[in-house]
Amino acid sequence: MINVNGHNIDWQEGMTIRDILNVMRYTFRMLVIKVDGKLVPKTDYDTFTVADGAEVHVIHLISGG
Amino acid sequence: MTRNEFFGAHDPRQLEIWQKATIGIAGAGGLGSNIAIALTRAGIGRLIIADFDLVSPSNLNRQQYFMDQIGEPKVEALRHNLERISPYTRIDIYQDKIDPSNLSLIYSDAQIMLEAFDLADQKAMLLEAWTAKYPERHLIAASGLAGVGSGENIKIEHYGKLHIIGDGISELSPGISPVSARVAIVAAMQANLCLELLLKESQ
Repeated sequence: MINVNGHNIDWQEGMTIRDILNVMRYTFRMLVIKVDGKLVPKTDYDTFTVADGAEVHVIHLISGG
Repeated sequence: MTRNEFFGAHDPRQLEIWQKATIGIAGAGGLGSNIAIALTRAGIGRLIIADFDLVSPSNLNRQQYFMDQIGEPKVEALRHNLERISPYTRIDIYQDKIDPSNLSLIYSDAQIMLEAFDLADQKAMLLEAWTAKYPERHLIAASGLAGVGSGENIKIEHYGKLHIIGDGISELSPGISPVSARVAIVAAMQANLCLELLLKESQ
């Protein structure tokens, strides 16, 4: 089990950030992702694997300022 | 005018903490110009502000510039305006587009960084680069501030040293304009959190 933005979802061996985005059906264009407090660079979404029990925050960034 | 006259009823211990602080502001548009004014009035000792852009007529509907500053580099116009407010904040400016390669050249002294960019991809670039370079320093970003109303939906999300202020939803689109009041609310909340964090970390 991992926690993504407050929702518990099933964990699978070798689960990547990309897998989580697919499971959650997040299609935001611009994201920042933190796993257990550590920011994961965009270039690592396909390779960074998430451990069981991890807390994941997917932060949606919106233009304007 | 003396320092005591300017700061009036400021608590002297808190004022000393703010006067010793160096804060970075990335961008000098609607967010950045409002943040800079709030922090200057509060008594932050040094601001580092970078922006590549020039003041244009459509900036005046929400950014802290004046008609006679159209065409000037924003950072120069902003420094001029801040120096008219207070002599107690040193303003260091860079007319530059910020990227991961110049981030630490410009902002190495900044204890806390305030993200004040317009575009989401620039916000993401700064969040990634700052967090990689300075994981121990706070970054206060803004996301979702266009339009009017829904003041009650503007909130602060804390993710360790990363703090994001806004409604997380409102983006420019037909019927949703960039409006001075809501931009200023978010900018003031960014400045407010920055001042609070400085006091907390000095304890």
